[in-house]
Amino acid sequence: MIRFEPRGPVAVSRMVAVPIIAAVAALILAAIPMLFAGLSIFEAYGLMAKGAFGSMFAFTEMLTRATPLILTGLAAAVAFRAKLWNIGAEGQLYAGALAAVAVGTGFLSGPSYILIPAVVLAGALAGGLVMLGPTLLKTKLGVDEVVTTLLLNFIILLFVQMMLEGPMKDPMGMGWPQSEPILDEAALPKLMARMRIHWGLILALVASLGVYFLLKRTIWGFEIRAVGENAAAARHAGIPVTVTFIRVGLLSGALAGLAGVGEVAGLKGYLTADLSPGFGYSGIVVAMLAGLSPIGVVFAALFIASIFVGADSMSRATGVSNYLADLIVAMALLCVLVSGLFLRFKIRFVGTASTKEAAE
Amino acid sequence: MSDILDILISANFWAASLRIATPLIFGVIGALVCERAGVLNLGIEGIFTAGAMAGWMAVWLGAGLWGGVLVAALAGAFFGLIHAILTVPLGLSQHVSGVGVTLFATSLSYFIYRTALPDVSSPPRIDEFEPLNIPILSDLPFIGPALFQQTSLTFLALLLVGVTAYVLYRTPLGLAIQAVGDNPSAVESQGLSVYGLRIGVVVVGSAIMALGGAFLTMSAFDAFFFGMVNGRGWICIALTVFASWRPGKALLGALLFGAFDAFQVRLQTEVGTFIPGQVFLMMPYLLSIAALIVVARKADYPRALLVPYFRGQR
Amino acid sequence: MALSPGDAPLVLKLDGITKRFGALTANGDVTLELRQGEILALLGENGAGKTTLMNILFGHYVADEGKVLVAREGQGLSDLEPGSPHAALEAGIGMVHQHFTLAENLSALDNILLGTEPLSALKSARAPARAKLADLMERSGLSVNLDTRVSQLSVGEKQRIEILKALYRDARVLVLDEPTAVLTPQESETLFATLKKLSAEGLGIIFISHKLAEVIASSHRVAVLRGGRKVADLPTEGCDQRQLAELMVGHEITETVREPGQAGEHLFVMSGISAGQGREALHDIYLDLKSGEILGIAGVSGNGQAMLARVISGLESPAKGTMTLENVNLDHASARTIIDIGLARIPEDRHHDGIVGAMSVSENLAIESIRKPENQRYGLLRFAAMRERARCLIKAYDIRCQSEDSPARLLSGGNIQKIVLARTLETEPKVVLAAQPSRGLDVGATSDVHKRLLAARARGAGVILISEDLDELMRLSDRIAVIHRGHLSGAEPTETLDRGTLGLRMAGHSGKDAA
Repeated sequence: MIRFEPRGPVAVSRMVAVPIIAAVAALILAAIPMLFAGLSIFEAYGLMAKGAFGSMFAFTEMLTRATPLILTGLAAAVAFRAKLWNIGAEGQLYAGALAAVAVGTGFLSGPSYILIPAVVLAGALAGGLVMLGPTLLKTKLGVDEVVTTLLLNFIILLFVQMMLEGPMKDPMGMGWPQSEPILDEAALPKLMARMRIHWGLILALVASLGVYFLLKRTIWGFEIRAVGENAAAARHAGIPVTVTFIRVGLLSGALAGLAGVGEVAGLKGYLTADLSPGFGYSGIVVAMLAGLSPIGVVFAALFIASIFVGADSMSRATGVSNYLADLIVAMALLCVLVSGLFLRFKIRFVGTASTKEAAE
Repeated sequence: MSDILDILISANFWAASLRIATPLIFGVIGALVCERAGVLNLGIEGIFTAGAMAGWMAVWLGAGLWGGVLVAALAGAFFGLIHAILTVPLGLSQHVSGVGVTLFATSLSYFIYRTALPDVSSPPRIDEFEPLNIPILSDLPFIGPALFQQTSLTFLALLLVGVTAYVLYRTPLGLAIQAVGDNPSAVESQGLSVYGLRIGVVVVGSAIMALGGAFLTMSAFDAFFFGMVNGRGWICIALTVFASWRPGKALLGALLFGAFDAFQVRLQTEVGTFIPGQVFLMMPYLLSIAALIVVARKADYPRALLVPYFRGQR
Repeated sequence: MALSPGDAPLVLKLDGITKRFGALTANGDVTLELRQGEILALLGENGAGKTTLMNILFGHYVADEGKVLVAREGQGLSDLEPGSPHAALEAGIGMVHQHFTLAENLSALDNILLGTEPLSALKSARAPARAKLADLMERSGLSVNLDTRVSQLSVGEKQRIEILKALYRDARVLVLDEPTAVLTPQESETLFATLKKLSAEGLGIIFISHKLAEVIASSHRVAVLRGGRKVADLPTEGCDQRQLAELMVGHEITETVREPGQAGEHLFVMSGISAGQGREALHDIYLDLKSGEILGIAGVSGNGQAMLARVISGLESPAKGTMTLENVNLDHASARTIIDIGLARIPEDRHHDGIVGAMSVSENLAIESIRKPENQRYGLLRFAAMRERARCLIKAYDIRCQSEDSPARLLSGGNIQKIVLARTLETEPKVVLAAQPSRGLDVGATSDVHKRLLAARARGAGVILISEDLDELMRLSDRIAVIHRGHLSGAEPTETLDRGTLGLRMAGHSGKDAA
């Protein structure tokens, strides 16, 4: 029989070890589908590593891919901290991208130092406002936010498609449903010549530090933690629970919206309806791998990004489906859930062993 | 106005409503039994996908249609078992585990499909379920084409609603399921196993959900393609709340939903030139949110929903 | 009470039971016997290991050492499979838990039937069950409406269902954990009359209690547990309360006494307050608290106390009526306003509402005053100040914890209550609302709580004490009001009241009937 005994304070080393174990476990489990697909295991892992870290280009591609993941990961982490189950980062990302495009393609004109902040703010605001709806429905009417945020993902994507086929369609787009390109003054500058890596990464890193500081050092962070750990006690102690949820919802949505800004204004330059290959959902995995720590999110995002970039490259070399990457990411989530138990509990195998202990 | 009336009095419209409702009936019944036992199963979206892919592939490989249904159910049961183990004895977050199961089931289905069929541009087709021809009933004017020219899976779904209602309200097993979703210690103190019940219910409920997926590839369409589930699972979760966890109301909710969807598709052909198609495509999702808002205040959630149970902690 | 049926055959034996939770030994080598037709009282204060012992008997826990032996139908004692409630039920052991184990969404009948039929059965056989239950209710005098949903029933009715559950399974041993904790004195008497009747028919009964009077009045034999060990096992006849009390606590008991005080000005007034819906709703509440007094609110749990506490705490806005503290209107005040104006609240469920278990002791001590300048500047937390203050409070209130940084969930119930007391009382509030402040605490912790409340009274605060424990109320309160079905009676001086009168009022009889 297995017994769980609650643990006392958890050592930092253990908090770091758990996600690493989970990540390694997911990579090892990935061998099963790889064998199934007829790959040579070591060659496949080698190709993946090379694809993510093998060259300067590969490495910057990985960082580029990590940029939106850091932001959607933060969006999930900050919301989950308050036990606000925002599963709608995907939709909020598109809302952010749409707003960035709306503002950045000629609605405003001016120098970069005006346009870039305007685009960034518009995206954050749009993402936040999208999340405000489910948050208000939760706090005012008791509507479960999981379902509403999930459903909003579909609604927003359809809305984006509608805009791209209608009012926001690029007349020069040769009939493709895509937006006009972002003005040069509104685009996030590249970080390195001839690479795709852009200032969105810096924005994401600053956001991660900002969220860390907010949660750790401020009253708002204190209130978010209290509401997340025990909303009833927080309410009893006079913490404004509803207002805290609204703050968290706005922040979480804004972070996801920023991910969308980065993708259009930093990477693609224009908006299409296939902007995100599921960054919103992967953000949940990132947040869980990070143990909901804003700093941990950066490292978790780097890991998930290297899986995606590495698997893409391996897929191109071997012809095996790159859904393998999604599979590894999903398994990483399940693995980190299970290994999280080792954080919360001492796991003892009792039975014959304990009677022996007792006899001594 | 007369156009709308024309839609409502066409047998074709009612047949379509029932057809659209079928996968939702499977999904809501599956979600409902899981939640009645105290476990929210957000794996549903992925389980739909897995059921759709596994059922389709079994038929494609020659297992026969009912063989495909069985394989789909087994696939659903497998992912249900993962969710059950993570959330019941291990007591992990039902939200996160459910999302994890959805990501896992979806990516695994896509991966297997792509690995089995690496280079096809148009997905291979199977011989799907044909509408049953029930003597007399199917030939009735209006009612026949409206209600009795469906495939076996639709009738299976309707039968399942009755069976679920009977089991839930009339049998010892049903009482135990209701009790374990309300107060697990009531179940344990009467000598029953909380874990056994919950795991069993989640596995069976997930198998039922997977049939909804199977309906998509084996009755609604005759092929599997990416993104085909398209939020139907999440809609079922919303409908479960709307149905106040009652099988009869679940059927009603799914049918209402099917009717609305069938109606808007037909409306679209009438007024589609003025309103972009996406507006109509959004309708099911908006409707689900509206349904949640309508019942939110009085929703009587099973008391033990989302609460893990550990023995000896009461 | 008559001597125990000493020569009747043994129906149950716990042999050398030891149970450890980590470093804590909840039960150390406890041996206990029960004979047919005997009523055994298991006496001990909170935390003495009574409930753990009975949970081992019933299979919720597995003992680390020792075993349980049960006499089966027509046979001698044999081993009971450990860790299986199912096996315990099969062996004829029935248990009535302190927190009822009923599914509220099912009828009384279905709760009784639960688990008695094979899960593979195609139909629940309700009709024959109804017949058997009618007979049982007739014989035992325990009557309930079998078709009512449990959520609609009162606490007393729920307890009767629990006993019927055991009788329906033909239990030969019945264990009741603190059965009178939720009953009025009169209901308790009825319960014990029923238990005597059942024991006369041969049922072996163990009841857990920490109330000396009922143990002496209603048991054949008493076993006393202290610190997880059995310290006495003796026939009840010839025991007196003082002797049992000392056995239970291990030293002489010094009871907190209330010095006569001088009530002052009107401080906190509720007038015409109605709130909530259903069983817990409040109707037209008048309450008038003066400074320097303790106002006790008696009542059987579930009669609106929780709602009353929520309204006073600012967690629920009243639908009607007004509420003032020193003439400041508080009708729609938020919890924070209520705290800031000087109304301290000690919640009934301290684990659920009192602390955030995952946060540290120091954060829990600061949580109510987190926006005060001593804890923050420009929205940034002042950790050093918070921890410094926490260290002072830990010392002043004798909170036992590893450090101010330990998560609060690791603390014992008594120490968690001390956190709540420390953070609410150290601001010297004008009014203290204490809801069931000593529930589940041991004698030491209880007396600590009582001293703190009396100290608040002594410095001129008004205290509202909501409790189900009449002894506690009569010892501490200057005046007592009774709440029943959401109606609050007028408060009367404690000296003019006795347990019988209060009991009748708790059961809904008006003051005149009682007199």
